[in-house]
Amino acid sequence: MNRNSIAFWIGAGLFLVVVALLPQLIRNEYPFFAAYVILQFIVLSVAWSILGGYAGYVNFGTSAFFGVGVYTAVFLFKATGAPLAVQLAAAAAVGALLGFAVGLLTLRMQGIFFSIATIALTIVIETSVTNWRFVGGAAGIQMQRPAVMAPFDGYVQMLVFVQALLVVLAIVIARYMQSSWIGRGLQALKDDELAAECTGVPTLRLKVLACVISGALMCAAGAPAAMYLQYADPSSAFNLNYSVSVLAMSLIGGTAHWAGPVIGAILLGTTQQLLTVTISSEVNLLVLGIMLVVFVVAAPEGLIGLIRKASRKRAEREA
Amino acid sequence: MDLLLDAVVIGVLLGCFYAAVSLGLSVSFGLLDVPHVAHPAFLVMASYAVFFLNDRFDIDPLLAGLMITPLLFLFGLVAYRLYYETFEKRGSDAGVRGIAFFFGVAFIIEVLIILQFGVDQRSVTATYIGKAWRIGDMRIPLRLLVAFAVAAGLTILLSLYLSKTFMGRAIRAVAQDQEALRLMGANPVKIKQWAFGIATAVLGIAGALLIIVAPVDPILDRAYIGRTFCVVVMAGLGSMTGTLIAAIILGVVETIVLTLFGASWAPAISFAMLLGVLAIRPQGLFGRRS
Repeated sequence: MNRNSIAFWIGAGLFLVVVALLPQLIRNEYPFFAAYVILQFIVLSVAWSILGGYAGYVNFGTSAFFGVGVYTAVFLFKATGAPLAVQLAAAAAVGALLGFAVGLLTLRMQGIFFSIATIALTIVIETSVTNWRFVGGAAGIQMQRPAVMAPFDGYVQMLVFVQALLVVLAIVIARYMQSSWIGRGLQALKDDELAAECTGVPTLRLKVLACVISGALMCAAGAPAAMYLQYADPSSAFNLNYSVSVLAMSLIGGTAHWAGPVIGAILLGTTQQLLTVTISSEVNLLVLGIMLVVFVVAAPEGLIGLIRKASRKRAEREA
Repeated sequence: MDLLLDAVVIGVLLGCFYAAVSLGLSVSFGLLDVPHVAHPAFLVMASYAVFFLNDRFDIDPLLAGLMITPLLFLFGLVAYRLYYETFEKRGSDAGVRGIAFFFGVAFIIEVLIILQFGVDQRSVTATYIGKAWRIGDMRIPLRLLVAFAVAAGLTILLSLYLSKTFMGRAIRAVAQDQEALRLMGANPVKIKQWAFGIATAVLGIAGALLIIVAPVDPILDRAYIGRTFCVVVMAGLGSMTGTLIAAIILGVVETIVLTLFGASWAPAISFAMLLGVLAIRPQGLFGRRS
């Protein structure tokens, strides 16, 4: 293990310890509500980048995965009263399956066709859930939180810790994929799928793998949302705003490195929280859209790219 | 049986209207390969402009649509220039970022409309809205008939433009082989810019039809992503006759499903058909490419 990865693991451990201890220090509930949303967006953005960044397939269906996660949890809770851990595991499994299906779509579709197909998938699933009476249909469903488990003293605090665990898991996976043959293979097929296939890169297997992992993580990130809001309805669970937000966070952070989406999600997530509280949620969405367009036009590599460029320039000046 | 016949008639009328709102995309995406996800957002924006003119100055919606057409043409010219300079010219990775760019633009338009007009549904007033035409037992809303007639006219005009005029043929040539056109001494970028302008200008009338047929709201563009892309992909990229036929198929299927299963399934129909076409026959029914 080299110095870099020792630092990484210590950092991850410290992060979890801090999140676990915070409820002892902060008594106000609001920071936890805000932190939950930001952590959720980190998981979604990192997961999105596994497919969108490494492989170059622009998935507009983040909201489909998120919503399926939400409703897997809702269904299990209503049908069997399953505990949160089971809901999470089931959501991840369903997400992996859905990811597998999306992965098969990449067989026939690339570029814009793939992106449009993922939007289509979102709406089709949303409409099906809207027509599904058992989980509340269009009107939505109220969720009664069960009693909180031992080490935690508030349910939201517990959800924040769960989401923090998912963040660490997502980053560990993304980091591993980036540095292993999987990441290099995905990079190759992003640059030129045909050439990659010809040189022996198993493109289909890699794409499906990326879709499955990305989908499982996104669904898992959505699973606790119903318990967090104590309510779920199809039009907010499958809202395309999730897709746009996650796309913006990943691209603004930069998708070449796992840290990019993390930075993007923290930055935009915090800004969104501040703007929603201080001005209005419309202005917050406007800022999001404008930042997305500005970054796509002016800084295609995102913040990570800007930082790299700056440090390269400094190195040149010193040399 | 009567119900089904009703559904087919209404579906055909509705289908022509779908063709009118998809024509622009058929040019910009079908012929020019621009990943124009913001097309439906442009459409809804045009509808709101028509609403504004109708609401404030009491101008007939179709006339209002005609009035904003030149503005939309200029808007299209600028939009394509911006897209070309930032993405097509630089080449690499244009696909991913181009899609994200248009998605972002669509989102900005949605929010701007919400900030300006609010989230409520808006509709226009005109003498032909609200009345109906009776044939035997069948009752056809006059607004749908107006939309049908105008849409059919618009489709015919645009296909004539593309097949008979010099500029129209140039646009189809650029879609076929850009490099060859360059070798002939023509500037493909200028032609594509012009074509994108036309594609956006058509949205003036299309937007007027959209708000004549039904009230609009700021996020209506999301439903029309499904409808317009379904029509254009099913038609086979860039075929105008195909666009009309595909749109009628979509209109008929949509109305039949609505009659049989109820309105709550409405949003999924076009998207499901789109998924089906993409999975089974991505080149469309009348594709220009094999």
